[in-house]
Amino acid sequence: MNQGLIPTEAVSKLIQELNKLPGIGPKSAQRLAYHLLRTPEEQTGLLAEALLSVKQKTRLCSTCFNITDSESCSICRSDQRDRSKICVVEQPQDILALEHTGSYRGLYHVLHGAISPTEGIGADDLRIRELLERLQGGSTDEVILATNTNLEGEQTAMYLNKVISPLGIRVTRLARGLPFGTELEYADDVTLTHAIEGRQEF
Amino acid sequence: MFRISQSLKRWTKVVEMSRPRTYQTEAIIIRKTKLGEADRILTLYTPHLGKLQAVAKGVRRPRSKLAGHLELLTHSLVSLARGRNLDTITGSQTINSFLPLKSDLELTSFGLYATELLDQFTADGIENYSLFQLLLQTMHNLCQGGDNELALRYFELHLLGSVGYRPQLQRCVACQSALEPVTSWFSPAAGGILCPNCRYSQPLTYPVSVSGLKVLRFLQSNDYRTASRLKITPELSRELEDITRNYIRYLLEREPKSATWLDTLRK
Repeated sequence: MNQGLIPTEAVSKLIQELNKLPGIGPKSAQRLAYHLLRTPEEQTGLLAEALLSVKQKTRLCSTCFNITDSESCSICRSDQRDRSKICVVEQPQDILALEHTGSYRGLYHVLHGAISPTEGIGADDLRIRELLERLQGGSTDEVILATNTNLEGEQTAMYLNKVISPLGIRVTRLARGLPFGTELEYADDVTLTHAIEGRQEF
Repeated sequence: MFRISQSLKRWTKVVEMSRPRTYQTEAIIIRKTKLGEADRILTLYTPHLGKLQAVAKGVRRPRSKLAGHLELLTHSLVSLARGRNLDTITGSQTINSFLPLKSDLELTSFGLYATELLDQFTADGIENYSLFQLLLQTMHNLCQGGDNELALRYFELHLLGSVGYRPQLQRCVACQSALEPVTSWFSPAAGGILCPNCRYSQPLTYPVSVSGLKVLRFLQSNDYRTASRLKITPELSRELEDITRNYIRYLLEREPKSATWLDTLRK
């Protein structure tokens, strides 16, 4: 049987590793591997260094579980932030998106996932206990639930509301409605219902 | 030999041609897994094509037109295009989004539990119209309020019956004698009730009270409109849940994942 030409071991190993990245199939992995072969050594050295340090020099913030390089992340350390508000998100990337808007000045809490009963992800698999411990401190007035607006995110939000409300802390949910730049006719029933219910004075 | 292969080839070609390249079906979305960067593989339960898996492209992007119509526990009209491996979803329109179900923590979990069971007990591509109707009706029942536990028991019993695991509740599965109005024993391995005399013919049995057995029989042999008129005490409700849960655990050889979540919610 014709096996075809097999690249040298080092190259095929690189292809194999690149192939494991999200969104990179065997062909893209091959193209990237040969591209790296052609690039100058100092360039690939920088990439290798960056890859190593991303694992070695980062950790999770001990308060909000955002990704950081020290014990506490820059948002938790800052004295410019409103310490009475905590915005709960699913992933660290969500903080980047919210920070990009510049319209929120409070603190964050990263759950690292969402409740998904059919995949066996329950409340104990997320950073919910840590959030509740944080709220025991008493300096929080408001918890903003910014989980995704899919079924898992909604379920997580409803669960958090159930466990946080008894503490006497105000629980709010990000508004759900029509995204900017879309057409009404394609909106689904759930979104439209929320949009009508949550309509505001012009 | 040549003639057989020739005619077989022609026959397969006719079958291939008779399947249109695109088709439309009603479906309830029962499962989703991520695929690549922005896609999902959805498991649909349809009235005439049974369970099928399809790719929904780009639904994890915020401006996806399809995403809202393809969320879990949604009844939609879905257009699909045949693919080499999996079919691709090209369009979708919500028929019923079951909003009351999705805006309540417990009801969402009940709905997910029902769809997980359906997924576990069915194979791809086998039509079962009554099972589709059962799921649809159960989701309506959950939306309407009332005794949700009873609605789940009704779903479980009729699902089990529909896929070939109907529990024998009328007479003893070992000696075939009619059951006396005394506490009997349910055996998951035997798939039914054992009378007190045959109780030890199976290693693992669970007690069923007289009223528990009556309710199970009533649920099994009536439609939901009649069955939902039953008033059940919390103790009896727990007994019934124990029985169906043990039976399902035995059949699946594991605990349904969403059942574990239901337990945490109740705490």
